[in-house]
Amino acid sequence: MRPLDEKETTQVFEKLFKFTGPNLKHLLERPAVEGPDPEPGRYCLRLHKNRVYYASEALVRRATAVSRPRLAAVGTPIGKFTHHGAFHLTVHALDLLAAHARRRVWLKPDTERSFLFGNSVPKSSLARITENTKAGDGIVVMSMADVPLGFGVAARSAQDCRKADTNAVVVLHQADAGEYLRKEEELM
Amino acid sequence: MAKKGPKGKPQPLPAPEGKKGSKAAPPPKAAKRVPKKKQMLLESSDDSDTEQQQHLQEEDSDLDLPSDSDAEELSGSDAEADELSGSDAEGSGDEVEEDEEEEEEGDDESDDDPLADDFLADSDDSEGGDSGIESDESDDLEAKSRAIDERKLKAEEEAEEELKTNIRSESDEFRLPTAEMFPAVELVEVLEAFEKRPPECLRTNTLKKQGASSFLPVMALAPQEKERIVDMAAAPGGKTTYIGALMKNTGIIYANEFNEKRLHGLLGNIHRMGVTNTIVCNYDGKELPKVLGMNSVDRVLLDAPCTGTGTIWKDPQIKTSKDIEDIRNCAFVQKQLLLAAIDLVDANSKTGGYVVYSTCSIMIAENEAVIDYALKKRNVKLVPCGLDFGRPGFIRFREYRFHTSLDKTRRFYPHVNNMDGFFVAKLKKLSNTIPETSESSKASEGAVEKADPSGDDEDTKAVPDEQEKSVPDKDEKAVQMKNHKDTKKANKGTSEPKPDKPAKHLKNHKKDAMETDGPESTETNEDVKEVRHEQTKQTGNKKKIASDRTKKFAPKSTSVIKEKKPVSDKKRKRKWQFKLRRDWEAGKKSDKRRKV
Repeated sequence: MRPLDEKETTQVFEKLFKFTGPNLKHLLERPAVEGPDPEPGRYCLRLHKNRVYYASEALVRRATAVSRPRLAAVGTPIGKFTHHGAFHLTVHALDLLAAHARRRVWLKPDTERSFLFGNSVPKSSLARITENTKAGDGIVVMSMADVPLGFGVAARSAQDCRKADTNAVVVLHQADAGEYLRKEEELM
Repeated sequence: MAKKGPKGKPQPLPAPEGKKGSKAAPPPKAAKRVPKKKQMLLESSDDSDTEQQQHLQEEDSDLDLPSDSDAEELSGSDAEADELSGSDAEGSGDEVEEDEEEEEEGDDESDDDPLADDFLADSDDSEGGDSGIESDESDDLEAKSRAIDERKLKAEEEAEEELKTNIRSESDEFRLPTAEMFPAVELVEVLEAFEKRPPECLRTNTLKKQGASSFLPVMALAPQEKERIVDMAAAPGGKTTYIGALMKNTGIIYANEFNEKRLHGLLGNIHRMGVTNTIVCNYDGKELPKVLGMNSVDRVLLDAPCTGTGTIWKDPQIKTSKDIEDIRNCAFVQKQLLLAAIDLVDANSKTGGYVVYSTCSIMIAENEAVIDYALKKRNVKLVPCGLDFGRPGFIRFREYRFHTSLDKTRRFYPHVNNMDGFFVAKLKKLSNTIPETSESSKASEGAVEKADPSGDDEDTKAVPDEQEKSVPDKDEKAVQMKNHKDTKKANKGTSEPKPDKPAKHLKNHKKDAMETDGPESTETNEDVKEVRHEQTKQTGNKKKIASDRTKKFAPKSTSVIKEKKPVSDKKRKRKWQFKLRRDWEAGKKSDKRRKV
């Protein structure tokens, strides 16, 4: 487990920035809940076996005692680096993103299932969308009960969505909560 | 015709035998039929009640010889049947036992009807003979017959006792404990309940629908916020995630899982449930004190790997695939893990200092015996689990005597609590120091220590019955180990009853030798590290037990007696005999060299 180097850090932050925007520093600087220490530290990112973990500093400090081949996870994984060095966010980051993301989309109840099976979101499924969404923004997909279902990238801006026809894709699927069941093996 | 008065007499024979779990149905039934036949015969031939009673008594007098022999036959045949079925019935397990009990009891009642036909066909000769006696000696026999009745009852009792000991001698801990843990009536419920699925609960996916038994240990553990918790066997993650939920993602959970394949599911569940304060690692639980540091965490949850006898509904194979070796190996591992868990905990922690030990098994060897072991080895004590339902654990069982605080542990059964068979114990660590000597010289502990080897003795004696040479060796070993333990504990008073038990099997000279050596041999303090080394040695030894049995032979017996004194100097851990034998011999040689 090691801290991310420059290049890796920029890659991760770029991806996160799409979702959070200027809130990004909040992600790392909020007082840490985890850890047995009375004073909350901060959060940090660590790389372990091509996965990036988001954990509080207290946790990270204690995890150094565990030897590298024996360590399985620290805190929450948010993404992984692929074989060729690209970074992708995984579904485990959902909670984190849902808490800090700026743009959201709410789905109609009947259409949730389609998204959870890995399909992209057509306009017909859309119940609500945050107003100033631009194309290419990271979007967190929620159900009407404000339960985060997954996240993706906006294919169109909010205005374009209104003009588009019913089957046009609004959100390109990146990860959804259904993957915990469908892709159980691949996730880890 | 008044029929059923006499029926009471043969009843005592079959019923208790049934309860004791005599396994072979046919031989006892055949033997039982004989006395019944004759009674039926006499009943049918009489008119008046008084005469009938006389006849019954006469019949008893007639039957005394045959009935005594019947009783002996029964006990003999039962013992044989037990031994035979002892080796066979591993496959049949508890269910067959229960079925046979039921069958026997059922057959006892139905015997009368088929017999009515049988004896008319068969016993013409006895008919003539009996009727002849009836008419002549009725008056004289009344007084005699009562005495004879008493004798007969005594014979029956002795037969029962024989059966008891026979059963014990070849008892497989796995096969019989349910017969003795539960009264016969409850036994049926237990076995039926084990077949059914308890109510499923909550999560799917890799958690595979764990029942409420997943949550009980965590409820006992009662993790507080901002604590450091270790879950030593975390997969598939039901308990870990519940701990995280209770702690609200504060503090730290070290989730350890030894098996890599299960690690995957553990990770999935932890992340899916949104538990963020975990460090997941892949260690052998025994190494954790080295990795995380001794006395470093607040609470530890050890859901120990076990034979899974509480969850038969998930895996019916357990009934047939587990044998005594599996249980012993499991118990050994569990003891080591529990000691490691206790070492991990910080006794001086402000909020914690607790270890919760749980298994999904109902075997005494894996539950109470392990806790009792830990009580001796470390400065811990049992505290109430905080679970107000469930049965208290056993304080005594067969020849085992556990520490009295073991009634604070809890057992859960499918037929009582509608969940998996389960055991939970909560220990509080009193101090971080590890006792060097086996400090507590409580009589109960001494008894337990002897109980363990004596239990093993009887087990091992049962199996290689043919190898008579090996049997006396084991007895010696048992005796010697007991000697060591006696002196160690300085409980010579309690040592006496225990040696008496295997004394039946011992030859006289060995018994004498044992008694003389007892007071003389002294035990030195034991180093904990040595214990661990021995334990690691013992794992290797344990696995060679089967081969060890065959290798041991009588020639060592005489030399053994002389060498008992030097051997006692060597530090000995009270564990299963078989390992100690090996160490003991090695120690014997080194001590001899030392002395010379």
